[in-house]
Order: sequence, then C-alpha cells, then structure tokens
Amino acid sequence: MNLAKTLMASTALTVAAGALAAQDMESPVAGEPMIDSMTLVSWGGAYQNSQQKAYVEPYIEMNPEVSATWDESSNEAVAKLRAMAEAGNITWDLVDVVASDAIRLCDEGLAMEVDHDDILKPAPDGTDASDDFGDLIVSDCFIPQIVYSTTFGYRTDMVPEGVDAPDSVCDVWDTETYPGKRSLERRPINNMEWALYCDGVAKDEIYDVLATEEGQDRALDKLDEIKDDVIWWSAGADTPQLLADGEVFMGSTYNGRLFSVIEEQDQPVGMLWDMQVFDLDGWIIPEDLEEAELNRVLDFLWFATDTQRLADQSAYISYGPARESSAPLVSTHAELGIEMAPHMPTDPDNAENTLLYNYEFWADYRDDIDAKFQAWLAQ
Amino acid sequence: MSRLSSSGPQTADAPTPEDAFHETATLDDRARGPQRGTEADGPMLAADGTPLKKSLARALRAQKLRALALIAPLLIFVLVTFIAPIADMLFRSVENQIVRDTLPRTSAALATWDAESGDLPPDSAFEALYSDLFLAAEARRHTRLGQRLNYENTGMSSLFRGTGRDVDDFGEANVEMLEDLDDRWEEAEFWISMTSGTGGAAVLDAARERFIRLDDLSTRGPLGDAWCGVKGVFGAPCAVSAEDVDLGFTLSGDFAETFPRTAEAYAEFAVFMAIEEEETVADDEPWEAVYVALDRDLRALSPEELAAYDGPEAEALRAAQAALADVPPVDFRAAFVASDEDWGTVEPWRTIRTYAPPYTTGYFLNAVDMQKTPDGPALRDEDERIYGLLFQRTLFMSLMITFSCILLGYPVAWLLANLPMRTANLLMILVLLPFWTSLLVRTSAWKVMLQQQGVINDVLVWLGLVADDGRLIMINNQFGTIVAMTHILLPFMILPLYSVMQTIPPSYMRAAKSLGATPLTAFRRVYFPQTVPGIGAGSILVFILAIGYYITPEIVGGTTGTFISNRIAYHISSSLNWGLAAALGSILLVVVLVLYWAYDKIVGIDNVKLGG
Amino acid sequence: MSDGIAITGAKTLPFSFTLPVVGAAGALFGLFAGTAQGATLLGVLGGAAICAALAWAALSLAGVERERAVKWGVIALFALAGLLVGRIAGAIVGALFGWFLGWFIYWIGRGRYRMFLPPYLTAGEVLWHYTFRVICGAVFVFLITPILVVMPLSFNAENFFTFTPEMLAFDPEGYSLKHYRDFFTSADWQQALRNSILIAPVATLLAVSFGTLAAIGLSSEHVPFRQAIMAVLISPMIVPLIISAAGMYFFYSRIGLQGTYLGVVLAHAALGIPFVIITVTATLVGFDRSLTRAAANLGANPVTTFRRVQMPLILPGVISGGLFAFITSFDEVVVVIFVGSANQQTLPWQMFTGLREQISPTILAVATILVCISIALLTTVEILRRRSERLRGMSPG
Repeated sequence: MNLAKTLMASTALTVAAGALAAQDMESPVAGEPMIDSMTLVSWGGAYQNSQQKAYVEPYIEMNPEVSATWDESSNEAVAKLRAMAEAGNITWDLVDVVASDAIRLCDEGLAMEVDHDDILKPAPDGTDASDDFGDLIVSDCFIPQIVYSTTFGYRTDMVPEGVDAPDSVCDVWDTETYPGKRSLERRPINNMEWALYCDGVAKDEIYDVLATEEGQDRALDKLDEIKDDVIWWSAGADTPQLLADGEVFMGSTYNGRLFSVIEEQDQPVGMLWDMQVFDLDGWIIPEDLEEAELNRVLDFLWFATDTQRLADQSAYISYGPARESSAPLVSTHAELGIEMAPHMPTDPDNAENTLLYNYEFWADYRDDIDAKFQAWLAQ
Repeated sequence: MSRLSSSGPQTADAPTPEDAFHETATLDDRARGPQRGTEADGPMLAADGTPLKKSLARALRAQKLRALALIAPLLIFVLVTFIAPIADMLFRSVENQIVRDTLPRTSAALATWDAESGDLPPDSAFEALYSDLFLAAEARRHTRLGQRLNYENTGMSSLFRGTGRDVDDFGEANVEMLEDLDDRWEEAEFWISMTSGTGGAAVLDAARERFIRLDDLSTRGPLGDAWCGVKGVFGAPCAVSAEDVDLGFTLSGDFAETFPRTAEAYAEFAVFMAIEEEETVADDEPWEAVYVALDRDLRALSPEELAAYDGPEAEALRAAQAALADVPPVDFRAAFVASDEDWGTVEPWRTIRTYAPPYTTGYFLNAVDMQKTPDGPALRDEDERIYGLLFQRTLFMSLMITFSCILLGYPVAWLLANLPMRTANLLMILVLLPFWTSLLVRTSAWKVMLQQQGVINDVLVWLGLVADDGRLIMINNQFGTIVAMTHILLPFMILPLYSVMQTIPPSYMRAAKSLGATPLTAFRRVYFPQTVPGIGAGSILVFILAIGYYITPEIVGGTTGTFISNRIAYHISSSLNWGLAAALGSILLVVVLVLYWAYDKIVGIDNVKLGG
Repeated sequence: MSDGIAITGAKTLPFSFTLPVVGAAGALFGLFAGTAQGATLLGVLGGAAICAALAWAALSLAGVERERAVKWGVIALFALAGLLVGRIAGAIVGALFGWFLGWFIYWIGRGRYRMFLPPYLTAGEVLWHYTFRVICGAVFVFLITPILVVMPLSFNAENFFTFTPEMLAFDPEGYSLKHYRDFFTSADWQQALRNSILIAPVATLLAVSFGTLAAIGLSSEHVPFRQAIMAVLISPMIVPLIISAAGMYFFYSRIGLQGTYLGVVLAHAALGIPFVIITVTATLVGFDRSLTRAAANLGANPVTTFRRVQMPLILPGVISGGLFAFITSFDEVVVVIFVGSANQQTLPWQMFTGLREQISPTILAVATILVCISIALLTTVEILRRRSERLRGMSPG
C-alpha cells in the first residue's frame, strides 16, 4: 500500500506538473484497507470507452493490484439496485446513472449521501469541489461527471433534393418534407417535451403543461401523428446504427454517439442542434458497501473526478466535463486530433435553442407518465 | 445424431418382481381354495422360509425405495433451484404487504371510513397518515409505496414524493414554540431523562416490530431462521437480526401511559436511531414528529391531569402545556391539502383503503385489463387496455409461427423420410445446423437479412423487383418476428414429423394407388392421417416454445412484434412492477401448463426423444 | 423411389418439347436480368431466345459426345457477359447461371429427369415430383441462408452490419480480419469466453450426474408418482424462460446466490436436466433388464453392475444428453442476464449486449466461430453414430 501511495503521489505530480499544491493532495482514504476489485456500472459503447481510457486505465496503471469489471446495466440500475438491496447483497461498487435516476435512488435510500467537499478533490486553484461542480450537484448522492445532450441526427444523403436540411426539431413531425422513418427513445422523457414544443407550447411552460393530465394527453396526441413512422430505441447505440444502416432518416440520441458516427465512423450523418435537452450523468455509490469496498471506491473517485481526468474524458467523447475548472483544459480528440470544444453541447454555437431538463419534475412524474406512455405505445 | 421423436409405450419383456407378486397372489388364493385345501399345503415359501408373498412384497418395497433414492437427489435439486423460485415469484402476484406495512395506522383509521359516502376521511386518518408518512419518509420507504399505488391510480407516485418532502414541516409553528420556550427541548439528554424508566417495553417492542416491517428487515418467508441457515451455507450469513439490536434506551411506563402518542413517536425514533443509523437516542434530538405528538398529548390532557403527573421533568411539561395554548393545534388536514390538493379529494384515500389488505387480486385484475372499483372489478378505460391485446397478439403470432412451421416442415420431413438413409442424413445436417447454432447468432442473422438495407432488400432491389426508395419493411414488426422465429423453431417441427413419417411404410401409399385412389386421395385418406400425431407433437412443442420467447422478439420485433414475455421483462427491469410481472407470468404459465398437459396426453412426455 | 438406379434410359427428346421448356426457364431469368437493367420485356424475350438457341445448338450441333465442352462453353459465355455488366459479382452470378443452364439443357433435352423415376408416372406426376423438390430446396435455403450470410459479414471492414459496396465488388479493401482480432484481443470477450468455459462444463456435469441417476431410478417399474415426478423434472424445459429467469432472480437474490458463479451454475444445471432425463430414459427403454440380473447372479455388486454393464450401454444417451445440457448452458442468455452479474458475463450475454448496446460485427465474428464449432461437433456426432451403428451390427446409415 505504501508503494502504491508513493507511486500515486509521484504520478499525480508528473501529470499535473506546475499545478497548485491542491493537486498533490492524497485521497482522504489513502492508507486505509481496500479491496482490489471494483465493479463499475456504466452504459457501454463509446461512453464507457471514454471512461475506461480517461481514468480507469490510468488508475489501474497507478494501482496495478486493482482490477475493474464493467457491468453495462446503467439502463436498469434502479431495478437491479432495488433487487440487490432487497436481498441485502450489493454486488456493485460504483454506478453511473443519469441525474433523475440518482435522485430516485437517493430518495429510496439506495444510494449513499456524500459530502462532496470531503470526498472530491478541490479544483487546481483550490476552489472547493462543491463550488467547482456548482449547480450540477442536483442531489446529495450524485457526483456529476458530464453534461450531455439528447438531440437529433439525420442522414445527409437522404434529404430530398431541393429541400434544405432539417434545422428544427419539429421537422421530425414533418414527414411530408422529410420522408423516412424516425427513431425515438422508448420512454416518455424528452419525447413529451419535444411533442409539446412542436404543438405550440412555449418553452418555459412545457413542464407546467406536462404536469396536467390534459397536457400529457396532448403530448401523446402529437406523438400519435408520427407513431407509424417511428422505430423505438432503448439502447444508446441503436440510433447511430439505424442511421448508419440508412434504416431511419432522423433519430434522437446522445450527442456523443452522434459525434462518434459522424467524425470517427465517417458516416453521412448530420447533427441537429435545436431544442437539444441538457442532462447530467454521474456516479452514485450504492448504500451499505463494506468498508474496504467503500475505501476503494472513494480512492478511485478522488482520482477519477478530478479536474484533469474529467477534461481528459472529453478527448474521447464530446460531452462537457461537469467541473467548471475542467473546461479550459478540454483539448483535441485523442485519435483524430480535431478540436473538441466546438462539438460540445455547451458550445455557444450549439446551444442557441436548448431545453434544460427538469430533473425534479421527472423524478416526481416519471412513474405517472411512464405508465401512460407505455400503455399508449402498446396500443 | 439427435432427433426428437416419439416412440411407442414403454415395454419391458423381462419378468419383474411385480409379475411374480401377482402370480403368487393367485397361487396363494388357489392354495386356499376348497378343492385343494389340505393342511399340508401351506402358503408357498421362499428359500429362507418366509412366505413367498411376503418376501416378494419386501423385494418390491426395496425396489421402490431404491428407485426413489436414485431420484431423490435430482428431485430435491430441481425443487430447490427451480420450482421454489417459480413458486416464490408467483406468490408476488398476490402479495401486497407494502401498504399495510408502510401505513399501518392509516389503514386502521380508514377501516371504518365509508369510501362510498363521498366524504373525506375523519381527522384521525389525516393524523395517522402524518405519523405513518413521517416515519416512512425518514426511512425512505414512502416513494416505494407511492410507486406501488401508482400502478393502480396514476398520480399517486408524485403525490407521495411531494408530500414526503413537505411532511417535516407540518406543525412547524408548534415545534418552534416548544423550542423557543426552553433550550432544553432541543437537547437529546433532556428527552432521555424525561422518557426513561421501566415498564414501557411493550411500546418499544411494538415500534420495533412496526419499523422492521416497514423497512422489510425481517428474515422473510415462512421459514424464518431456516433462511439464515440456508444463507449461511452459501456464505452469506444473516447480520445481527433487527429483532436483537440493542436500543440503548428503555421507556418509562408512566410516561407512556400519560403521553401515549409521544411515547409511540419517541419509541419509533429510538428504534430508527438504533437500527438504521446504528446510534442511540443520546446522539440526536428527536425529530419533529415527536414534538408534534407531544403537542397533541398535552392538548388532550387537562391541566389537572397533568398536575397529577409526577414523572421526571414534569415542570417543563406543564410549562409547555401553558405555552402551547397560545398557538392553534396542528391542522393535519389543512397541512396535507396545502402540500397537495389531491389530499382534499376522495380518490387517493380510496386507493389506500382499497389496497390496504395484505393480499390483493389487483395485479391479476390489472393483467386482464381490469381494475378495482367501488362496484367491484371492472374493465379499464379503452385507452388503458393493453394486456388483452398483448395476449391476443402473442397467441396470434405463436399460432402463425406454428402454422408456418407445419407448412415448411411437412414437405421437408417427408423428403427426409423418403430419401435413402445416406442422403437423408446429409440433408439432416442442414436441419440440425440451425438447431445447434446459437440463438443469438440466428437472430442477428435475421436482423442482417431483413432490415431495409439488408440482404433480402438488396437482392430484391438488384433484381429490380422493388424500387430503391420502396424497400420493404420486414423488421421491427410482426413479420420480422414471425419469420425469424419460424426459422428458429422449424427444426422442432421437422424432427418429430420426420420420426413419425419414418415409421409409415411406403407400401401403404402404393397399395392405395393400386386400389384406384388418385395420388391426392391416397395422400389425404391414407398418408396424412398417419402423420397427424407427428403434427400434433411438433405443433404443441413449437407453440409452447414460441409463446414464451423473449430474445428474438426483443431484437427484431419493434413495438408491434413483441410478445407478452417482453412486457414481463419490461415490468421486471424498467417499471419495477414486479407484482404485475408475476401476475402476467402466472397467466402465461397456466397456458403453457395446459398445453403441456395436452402434450402429455397426446404424445406422452416419456416418449419425447431427443437423441438416439 | 430410390436414386442411383436408372430405370429408364436416356434419349434425346424432340425439340418441340425441349426448346419451349428451356426457353421458358430462360425467360424467367431474363425477366430478372431485364428488370435489373430497366428493360423487362426485352429481358424476357431475349432470355427465352438465347436459351432456346443455346439448347438447339448444344443438342443438335454439338451433340451428346461433346457435352463437357459445351457446358464449359456456356459457363464461359455467361461469365463473360456478367463481367461486362456487373464486374466480378456479375461474373460469378453469370458463371453460376451458365453452369445451371448447361446442366439444364442436357437434363431436359436428353430426358434425364425421368431416368430415376418409375416409368408409369404421368407427366403431371413427374412435374409435381420436381416441383416438390424445388419447394423442399427452398425450405433448406431458408434454413441455411441466414447462417451463411453471417460469415462474409464478419469480415466486413466497416463497423456496421450491412454489406458495403466494396464488399459486393469483392474489393479486398472491403474485407478485414479486424473483428476477429477484436474478439481475440478484447478483454471483455476473452473474459466472456472464459466464463462460458467455466460455467457450461460444471453445469453439464451436475445435470448429467444427477440426471442419469434419476433416469435410472425412473426407468424401474415401480416408481410411485412417476407422472408427477416426471412433470417436475421436465418443467425447466417447458416453463417459459422469462418466467424461470424472473423467479430465479428474486429467489436467488433472497438467498444470496444472485450474482455468484454458483448461482449461474445451479440455474444452468436445472435448465439442462430435462434433456439428460429425456435422452437417458429413452436409451433405457430399450435396455434389457435381465442383463443386470445376470450380472448380479454372477456375483457383481450393484456398483460394479452399473459400471460394467449398465453404463456402457446407456453411455450414448448420457453423452447426447450431456451435449444438449452443454449447449443449453453455453447458448443460454435470458437466465444468466438475470441471475448473473458482471463477473459472470458469458459469451451469449456479451453477444446480447453487443446486439443491443454497441452493435459491432465482432458479434458476427464470434457467430462464425461458433457455427464452425457447431459444424465440427455435428460431424463428430454423425461419425460416432455411424461407427456405433456399425459396431452394433446395424445397417450403416
């Protein structure tokens, strides 16, 4: 353990050469007993890959005795954690979830409440972690990593001749001008907001309308117009695949996946930066971990959420780092060498018309609207 | 090479003890018969001198025991690893402890309320809900109850979440009044000295039991400690059970008698601190609900009654009573309605009341598109009915798949049965290769084949049969599921058909033709009837397998081509409505078991052959 | 109705029969070729004319003696034509068609199609006979094509599931081994492979040992509640997987088996048991019980009897039951997803995630490898079967 400590300290020094003394701080649990294996839960695909490259591999390099196993179950994290808690047998150590799931897990006592300033490294200039993350800490259990957005991609070669490429989210409903299938996520979140917006609801009233029965029906009626043209996706990789195969004309997905299709896979796909929905993704620690497990997780988190690591992650995928102090460190893509900043959802050019996702609303109404949406879908 | 076939009934030519047993029995009877009945002719004896009948009976019993001993390990294995899990899951379809465990006092208060009167429940119900919800929110169990009730009445989830956040602040004015009156009210020590004593163990035990049920901490199931034994064997021993955790606090009987609500609330607080936080009451001041309860108790007592109380800190209590007279009592009803106006309607209360019993038919009703109403079970609204549709769709697609399997499998089986052995075996490999190929491989292959830019569409476009912009949509719908599953299940039809057809002598058809039948008549009247058992066996097998499929429809079925299984999986992993998943599963299981029974009657489960 | 013996001799049939038949076949192919080039009618007429002309030339000008040369000529002709129209892919399709046409001309023209059929069949019956075979052929194509299609796609140089234009043009650029490299180098896939190899044999062993014992018990004459016991033991095969999976998920969670290696092994063993029971009881049906009694009579104790007499005879059933149990576990995905955790990810699980989360042709590479293993297994089993039948003195099949 001593060797590991020295190693870690010295690596931190080299990595953040020239940084302030804050960067040399050891994790609060350094020296405590820790287990050597971690089970990390994430989303698979390009995103998980970016995590692997940006901080899991470097961490293992520093601590060669540690092994990390990935479980691609973030989609079903709430269900699985609940079953595990019921059995009193938590097999996960760190779970990557979206903010609204984190709120839910926190409400149910399935995620551990943390003190962000205690367990997360301060910014290089000494700013406390909680200030560095700022408003993005939407729940006491939630440790934000990235800001991402859900937006639309479309096949540039399937735009009919003589027509401009789509530039509004409402073009999804315009099957006259832009024939072809659409792909939408098989859940109400985002779809309902877009439907109301395109049905003429003002942007800042969307959630008020959606809180009413009539508003929910109105959104579903709007979605009904294109129901026959929609392929519903449930995994982040679906829309990129459907677009690459030419199965759909346009589809919603995470902007990082679209980036990967457009820039890395070189497919004829364009990105629609209109009414993109901002959301957060981050870690939660399951409640009731064994002490040695918890120490390992905390040691890892200390490293994996520091300013440099979050900035590193953006070299592999176009998601904005959740720390304010990471933003200036965002540089170029690890392999392609292109500038990443213009591809971030937070870039001003991309963020002209955006929707800020209301976590609280969805934490409260998720069950209600989900029930309606699924019933509508099955008919 | 393996094949799935049915053969005749089991036969054994060798004599068995049972035959001998019957024989001796007849001999014995005859021996006793009058015509041969001399004294010297006793019963037949075995070599060791015991009567043969007895000796054989013993041999028979030994044989039975030996057979059972051979079967027992497997039977126990299957019962534990397979049957028990299924029974356990089916039990979830009627289990409904959560309402009563989370809201015990509210359920009791609502028991006498007439939901049909249209009136709101009495104040006592609001007060009960406050104390139930407060504890549940502290233990973070209220959202789970909200979710549970949301399955029955949409909107309950957000109602419980919202109110759960606000419930801390109910009676804020009264709490503050107490705290402002004397700093000691905010000290843990003061509360302990006021409430400690002996004789209040019953209140503490009740609170402990309530909390254990609320937090689902008991070793569940009827086996209780036996579970811990089983868990111990697998290396996951039970922690110190919540029943045995030391509270580090004893309650005064006098206090509990004079201040029943406060004692109850404080006991809950003590239990919560000990079990959930692994601390004691000495570590923190009590939570708001205790102050509110004290407020209620002090108002219920007349000054004279309180003057008679001589427990510790009696003076402070009397001062508090005097001070609280200046603020109005806590209006629970108003507080709930202020938190969410839905509490001012009958609907949420009726839902709680309807689903209070520990067992419910609610999930099953839900699974057949019905719901509980004041007038008994009734169909849901038109736009909420989906399960009937899904079951219909599952049955329809399974039938289509079975039918296409017969259509495609029959000629192939006939060809295989009528070709020379060597050629037939070679062709058989073509049937068996898909059978042995991973299900996922075949499903992904169909994805490659059927999609709009897939192989079939490419070929059709290349041949000019469809235009490039008019590519057929063959995936993410029922067609995709039916094609892919027909392919996957076809071997299960061909193999039994083949083995039946192999046993039909070709001379029958020739004989029919030579007697003047046209080929069609000969087939219809002579050949086909003999293959009916094969069709029956294959069809039921294919149908049983099809109806429970999950993976293939999930990948190629889109929204219209999915089965009830996909819905079950959705409820298990996404909507978390495990009870409904269990109810849907039970219905599916019953359908399959009926089919299995039919299969057993038609073919005999002993006669299914998979190898040879 | 046996192939191999010529019943009717071959003779050249009149052109009044041959030419229309061959012409019709040509018209059919011309229809496709024509539509593909945008000239349907021309294709039909041209196809009929060309094929009929070729048939006439082959049968009357070249004659039967130069059959071989004519066939090669036809192949070369169409391959060349295909090359001009559609490059390499066209050439291959052309050659295939040429090969078919050459064979078809002589098959029809020389009346070979009747050679192996009883001479009393009417023309209609002969036509039906071959139509029937074509139908069966189509079903076989249906059965096998999806599996064959997977193989070339696994060499795709792109990261997606479709045939790229480069692949269709047989451009080497369009092909690569990278997905195989992926499989053999990726830690995830290797871990999955290791897990599968760790889980399946143990589950099989459990299923086979318990199953064989129980099957022997079940096959004795006097088992009380035989039907009920049988139903219980067969149930894992009958109950829909999703129900089994859900039940095991909740129950194993409760007793701390969820997410453990042991849990997955037990679950898979339970699923494999019906196959062992069914195959072993089937072999025991034909088992002559007097053999065991004879062995006992000769002084063998029950264990020796089992080992030396019973076991060798039921071994084929045990092995094939074991194979089924193995494949059940090796190919199982629903239950393992529920009962296992990340540490028990098996190959099928990894493939399922691959299909749903990060679609990559690595799955197809794995699929190809698995299909090859299946073929090897099937061939082995077939060879073993023939050998065992020969040993038992039954007719070689």
